Amino acid sequence: MTYTGWILLTASLVGLSCGIVGVFLILRRMAMMADAISHTVLLGIVTAFLITRELSGPHMLIGAIVAGLLTAVLVQWFNSRGVQQDASIGVVFTTLFAIGVILIATQVGNAHLDTKHALMGEITFVPWDLMHVPLLGEVPKATFMLGAVLLVVIIVILAFYKEWKITSFDPALAASIGIPVVLMHYVFMSLVSITTVAAFDAVGAIMVVAMLITPAAAAYLWTDKLSTMLVLSGTFGVISAFTGYYIAVWLDTSISGSMAFATGIVFLISFLFSPKHGVLSRYLHKFNTHGSQEKLDGTS
Amino acid sequence: MLNSLLSPNTQWVLLSTLILGMAAGMIGCLAYWKRQSLMSDALSHAALPGVVIAFALTGSKNLLVMILGAAVSALIGAWMIQWIRSSSRIKEDTAMGMILSVFFGLGIMLLTIVNRTAGGNQSGLDNFIFGQAASMVRKDVFTMLILAVLVILVVSIGFKEWKLFLFDPDFARGLGLNSRLMNSLYMGVLVLVIVIGIQAVGVILMAAMLIIPAVSARYWTQSFRTMVILSAVFGGGSGFIGTLISTLGKGWPTGPFIVVASSVLFTVSLVFGAEKGLLIQAMQLRSQKKDHTESSNQAVIKPQLSERGNHQ
Repeated sequence: MTYTGWILLTASLVGLSCGIVGVFLILRRMAMMADAISHTVLLGIVTAFLITRELSGPHMLIGAIVAGLLTAVLVQWFNSRGVQQDASIGVVFTTLFAIGVILIATQVGNAHLDTKHALMGEITFVPWDLMHVPLLGEVPKATFMLGAVLLVVIIVILAFYKEWKITSFDPALAASIGIPVVLMHYVFMSLVSITTVAAFDAVGAIMVVAMLITPAAAAYLWTDKLSTMLVLSGTFGVISAFTGYYIAVWLDTSISGSMAFATGIVFLISFLFSPKHGVLSRYLHKFNTHGSQEKLDGTS
Repeated sequence: MLNSLLSPNTQWVLLSTLILGMAAGMIGCLAYWKRQSLMSDALSHAALPGVVIAFALTGSKNLLVMILGAAVSALIGAWMIQWIRSSSRIKEDTAMGMILSVFFGLGIMLLTIVNRTAGGNQSGLDNFIFGQAASMVRKDVFTMLILAVLVILVVSIGFKEWKLFLFDPDFARGLGLNSRLMNSLYMGVLVLVIVIGIQAVGVILMAAMLIIPAVSARYWTQSFRTMVILSAVFGGGSGFIGTLISTLGKGWPTGPFIVVASSVLFTVSLVFGAEKGLLIQAMQLRSQKKDHTESSNQAVIKPQLSERGNHQ
């Protein structure tokens, strides 16, 4: 495959997996947890690197899951001790992120793991870091990892689709019919963590947040059905990845930055023109009901 | 370490992070009680495109112009969060996450373009991401000091009004306090603190300066006034200590060290805090258990017990 082809494939995998996970983030009202985890994953990666002295896939994934779960547990714990939810998110992720940055600045003199890379990603280098996969031939490492993570995400979500649905929309009902809500919460946090770390190499910490939240939020404006929302969100993710890449080529700028920006454009279009929840249709709707109300002599 | 203390530039930088920490600590209390702690995170990320555009337009690293750019872009971000929240079914935290990441992405895009066209010489702009207080010059320090003192003044002069505005908005309206004006003023000082803080700690960790001292102070007191003062002390202290540590190593970023310093203060407050600290709660629990076993030994449950139970 060509150089551009690999980049587009990698970015599309990011868009797909983030888009699917993001739907549940939005429905569970945990958008800012995504922001938190995307920052703390850095600490997990740095710690894994300091222990094993190599930047390999499995170690990074384990480090990221541990860091993500640590974040979720700490936030929960502070919250149960009377700190407001968003304040406790703020305390936990800034602290863990700061420790990660300090470790990089003081301990890791390695060019491959600098903070700029971690924040913005280097998708342009992805196609050069190849590995051999049986049946597929030479595949970039990051792409392979993203594909594997996407597979895991899809399997976990499809296998427990009904459970995810119930725990997301009505946790109390889920608990009452015997679904392990807490366990599901931590499983979900692990899913967010592995998605984040897999996307990390390609688009960096901050853009992961854009990819996780924005396509899902845009899809939320188009539909009321969970399965449709999942498909739409994944599609929006891929569209943003493509658009972002071509904007970046056109302006000769950061690919991950323009991908994040492209998700914003997709959302803006949805926000304005969505038939049900868009600003424009709401405005027209208000106009129409206003007119019919006048006909009815002001009865409401 | 003494040498670095003696260097006049370092002294100025230390003073400015001290004052900045105090200002951020005070505003952080307002944000905490408005339940908008993460708003500061969103706004500081949203400031990045403004900084870059201001730089690109003027072509120089003039701090005041950059602060202006940051303020405009952060305010646009705040307005968009409000707009998305009020005119669609998207929740506030989702809106914040989107604005944060999309604006930051735009900022990185512009930053890459500016860095490419202006040459590697202007990489100082990267400091806005992690903060590099040590690279500030005397003039920047003055600008920061004046703005920070202004913020502290705004909070202290209108202290009674802020209290009303935060804790009993209905009563405040009844007294004729203009809540719209207060809201804009609050947003104004919040954005001001964020944009002056960006230079020292960077856009990513600015939120910590606002959130952590306020949360730490909460463990020591129930009084708002004491909380604001304590939070200012914690903020100022961690700003000072963090900057001092970061001058010890070459190229060590200031922001992370300030954040870790304030996290240490937070942990101390969490454990030893006089109001809700872990230690005091464990002691209360123990004495209650003791009371309980004593009273159950008497086989009579006295009414005092239930009263004490309500107390905790």
